[in-house]
Amino acid sequence: MIERTPWLNFATHAILFTGLFILVVPIYLVIVAASQTLPDVMAIPAKLLPGDQLVVNIRAAWEEAEFGTKFTNTLILATGVVVGKIAIAALTAFGIVFFNHRLRMPIFWMVFITLMLPLEVRIVPTYAVAANVLSPFQTILDAAGITWLIDALTGIEVALEWNLLNSYTGLIMPLVATATGTFLYRQFFLTIPDELVEAAKMDGAGPLRFLWDILIPLSRTNMAALATIMFVVGWNQYLWPLLIITDPNYGVAAVELSRLVPNMNTTGGDIPNWHWAMAGTLIVMLPPVAVVIFMQRWFVRGLINTDK
Amino acid sequence: MRRAYFKNNWIAALVVAPQLLIIFIFFYWPSSQALYWAFTLEQPWGGGNEWVGLENFIFLLSDDRYWHSVRISVIYALATTALAMGMALILALFADRQLRGYKSFRIGLIWPYAVAAPAIGLAFRFIFNPSAGVASYLNYAFPDLWNPVMNGSHAMTMVIIAGAWKQVSYSFIFFLAGLQAIPRSLTEAAAMDGARPLRRMLDVQLPLLTPTFFFLLVINITDSFTDSFGIVDTMTSGGPARATNLMVYKIYEDGFRGLDYSGAAAQSIILMVLVIALTFIQFRYIERRVHYT
Repeated sequence: MIERTPWLNFATHAILFTGLFILVVPIYLVIVAASQTLPDVMAIPAKLLPGDQLVVNIRAAWEEAEFGTKFTNTLILATGVVVGKIAIAALTAFGIVFFNHRLRMPIFWMVFITLMLPLEVRIVPTYAVAANVLSPFQTILDAAGITWLIDALTGIEVALEWNLLNSYTGLIMPLVATATGTFLYRQFFLTIPDELVEAAKMDGAGPLRFLWDILIPLSRTNMAALATIMFVVGWNQYLWPLLIITDPNYGVAAVELSRLVPNMNTTGGDIPNWHWAMAGTLIVMLPPVAVVIFMQRWFVRGLINTDK
Repeated sequence: MRRAYFKNNWIAALVVAPQLLIIFIFFYWPSSQALYWAFTLEQPWGGGNEWVGLENFIFLLSDDRYWHSVRISVIYALATTALAMGMALILALFADRQLRGYKSFRIGLIWPYAVAAPAIGLAFRFIFNPSAGVASYLNYAFPDLWNPVMNGSHAMTMVIIAGAWKQVSYSFIFFLAGLQAIPRSLTEAAAMDGARPLRRMLDVQLPLLTPTFFFLLVINITDSFTDSFGIVDTMTSGGPARATNLMVYKIYEDGFRGLDYSGAAAQSIILMVLVIALTFIQFRYIERRVHYT
């Protein structure tokens, strides 16, 4: 708008700076603490300028929490969620947009409903399922009398068991079981013109070729958007890994981070190693923040189009 | 409506199968399982579950601790939502003026979205710690003014601030997108009529943001109910004296620490009903989303 508003412009900048300040100050304080020695961190009045211990503290935190393993695991988890979600979302959306069968809408709604209940809300039974993924089928077989039948006929007792606790599959699968990506893909597929489908069919392309050679390349932006969001979501998982991972070899960074500071209930009067904890906080939050900053455009678009 | 389809329904079945299988195992089965547990009680000596009808719920609803948890969850949800959305709205309105430095401001206000909840929790726990860091100075000057380790309402305040900090960016992104979707011609017309920037914000932009506002309101409240675990667990572990024992955290505690599956399942069901109700409200508003174009 062409108008001179020097005072308002000044106020605008002041307000935005204040907002930025509020958001940045906590992280600044984390950086400060992460770069000091413990006595400096505990000093009164607090020392508000960064010290020179950053690298030392990060190294100490890295060793203490075995972040080498944890970061690898977290990376596997995040990548798994990204790849799984994109693959499954694209396939399902393809199946309900480009085929004309009676189950289209029921399937759409079945997937849609999963948006309503986040994992946190159904955490206890999901944990039970992860302890034996085949338990749903076992229960169904039992209820249907098939177990009994097989037992009577062959003498073999059917006991299906597949434990996903302490495994990457167990970490990743429940996080893939939501509708977020399916929606993004469905919306995108709905914008594909009929002519494109007809042209592909005329050239003799079957559905899978159409998906692979036309839809997938066209949906690159979509994929980038979904990948950014899912990476952040995957990396930041806390409750689920906390529950199902007891073996330190499968631990993830966010969970390990919280163990750097003794739990409030168990602090035996010791001074927690705040400088290490803050150094750990810093390196754990860095990867997703970097992804969001570098992929800002896709990230914002993806977030807004999925409506979460 | 689409006219061109592929005919081979076997392939259709094949491509939707993976997702249907996964949501059956990890969504529908656990959800129905929660229902089953909520209405039954596990026998302490094994031998399956006994049907107890509404007993778990009656027990829960007559438990003061549960109501306390509900009450503080509502307080937490309302407070974080108000703080985060208020701040996000103001920032988005002014950022949308797109003055010099707009792009840097935008990145600066977006990145907190990516910070993990436990990282936020730890950072704020350190900052508000009564014996180290910035807040310790406060305590040094005025003893006992601030102690979230012992004082329940201090702990709650601390958790709310961390929760709000976490949510600001999400709302900001949506408000900004909403503002940028407002046709430029409208703002220009208002400017021609002599409306100054602040007047335009109040009379043109704010009313047009109503749909975004309602959408965010519901999303934020739902999120505060379901997504507070990481923050509570790293900051206070539900304490002191259950002062920050929010609903999600209580489900976790009762279910995994107390091994009371039935009680935890009943709590899950109540939370589910709450979340579903909120989602329905959201879709009503989304469907009624007003288009001014």
